[in-house]
Amino acid sequence: MQDRPIGDMAFRQYLKEEKLMGSRCNACARLYAPPRGLCVDCQVADMKWDEIVPSGKLAAFTCISVVTGKMREAGFGKNNPYCVGVVEMDEGPRVVGRITGVDASDPESIRIGMPMTAAFIHSAGNDSADTVLAFRPSGK
Amino acid sequence: MKKRKRLSRGVAVVGAGMSGFGMYRDKDAKDLFLEAFLEMRDSVDKDFDPKDIESLYIGNFSGDFFVRQAHWAPIIADLLGLAPIPATRTEGACASSALSFREAVLAVASGMYDVVLAGGVEEMSKRTTEEVAEGLALATSPYEGAAGFTFPGVFGAFATAYFAAYGATREDLMNVTIKSHMNAPLNHKAQIRSSIAEIMQVRREKARQKGVDIPVWEDEKAFLRDPGANPPVAWPLHLFDCCPISDGASCVLVVAEEIAREFTEKPLYVAGLGQGSGRGFHGMDRLTSMEATRRAAAEAYEMAGYGPDGVDFAEVHDCFSIAELIHIEDLGFFEEGKGYGAVAQGATRLDGEKPVNTSGGLKCKGHPVGATGTGQLIEIWKQLRGEAGPRQIPNPDLRAGAAHNLGGTGGTCTYTILERR
Repeated sequence: MQDRPIGDMAFRQYLKEEKLMGSRCNACARLYAPPRGLCVDCQVADMKWDEIVPSGKLAAFTCISVVTGKMREAGFGKNNPYCVGVVEMDEGPRVVGRITGVDASDPESIRIGMPMTAAFIHSAGNDSADTVLAFRPSGK
Repeated sequence: MKKRKRLSRGVAVVGAGMSGFGMYRDKDAKDLFLEAFLEMRDSVDKDFDPKDIESLYIGNFSGDFFVRQAHWAPIIADLLGLAPIPATRTEGACASSALSFREAVLAVASGMYDVVLAGGVEEMSKRTTEEVAEGLALATSPYEGAAGFTFPGVFGAFATAYFAAYGATREDLMNVTIKSHMNAPLNHKAQIRSSIAEIMQVRREKARQKGVDIPVWEDEKAFLRDPGANPPVAWPLHLFDCCPISDGASCVLVVAEEIAREFTEKPLYVAGLGQGSGRGFHGMDRLTSMEATRRAAAEAYEMAGYGPDGVDFAEVHDCFSIAELIHIEDLGFFEEGKGYGAVAQGATRLDGEKPVNTSGGLKCKGHPVGATGTGQLIEIWKQLRGEAGPRQIPNPDLRAGAAHNLGGTGGTCTYTILERR
């Protein structure tokens, strides 16, 4: 699996396999998620895949009631909002994803700093874009 | 030693015009740009022949998506009878026409041209709200789009991070909204020209006519807290935290400083010009500030030779109420985490120490995205020339005003300081 070219297409393919993968710089060891093919610190393009410890803390979120057509087709809307957020992974990188296992109709129950664990939302079809990275409160 | 950033030769603004901003069933992008152009032409105090315009820059975010027409620059050049002069479209999401202005300034400063038109246009309202949300989401980062972020969602997330970091609440967002709605009735070009109190009165009257229970709101914040009156869009942002969907156009005439007084005795000079780029949430240094704004501001202040204290008032990109709080801190008007307190004290009101969005802002003036950047400059133009009518800032010594324009999730930010001399 180390042979996959480092980039968003392989990142999405890994999500489909329920792996949250980042890239690590062979020169300075900095970890990136989403992956970068170029280390923006040392400008070295010598990166390797590294699986990210799937835990972190909720850093920002929103519960969306006015949705796009795609999300409406998935059953969301003003009476059924969904939550998305930003999670700071314990290993450092910051990742965006859907937030599940919370009550998006009661946003005041959702707290910044909540411990979160990666999850994966698969939808029908075989396209690699069909798995959405998600996070749920740890232990739920 | 690194040389201070400056233009190779001075550049001035000598004309400015905009269409009304609003939702127009009966006008398209060309009709609106023509309105803006004619007003700009009339705004030039002395003789001006449009045939003297040597180059044209047009900001447009996504005519491709909204009206299925791309390649707007030659269309506008032809509309105005300017073809075959060079015409270039600039795209920086909601900062598209701040980029057209910047390109115009750089073109004049380079010495290549003496007279350049910069403007922008967007036609959005013939799409459904859902389609507009989809169109705007084209300007998020690829990861945010995949996760399901909408544009209000991106700023909703900024808001929850800002609240957690500094202790602000929805009430602080309401202060921004109420202030925008106080300024807008004084701007006849604004899309929403009612104060919150007036909107409450209209709603009560409608209820009375329908014979249903007349809502009781003890004040403007009670109205804004009522989810029936102000429904959620992307928590914690509600309808009244969000700018409307708009159509509109705007343009300004940019000339070399040495010929500015051939056009007017009251030119405005480009004192500071800054632009920065930002990253999606994954790459930001923190979630309560925008690096691209800080970069744009630093560049413009360096060029101007003064900092935020030298700027008397500003238009900032309040696509959402939280954005105004973040920008007034990033631009250095208030310390980080202190902006919301200053707004609560009235510091950004028309009669405050640092008036912000005297036009009503994107929130009330409207946000036809490609037209917003040069539209903001028109407010600076009017205020600095003492032509802002009922919303004129009550300070006879206004010297410098600034416009901050943002595109994407802070992906493109610009900051332009104009001054009287």
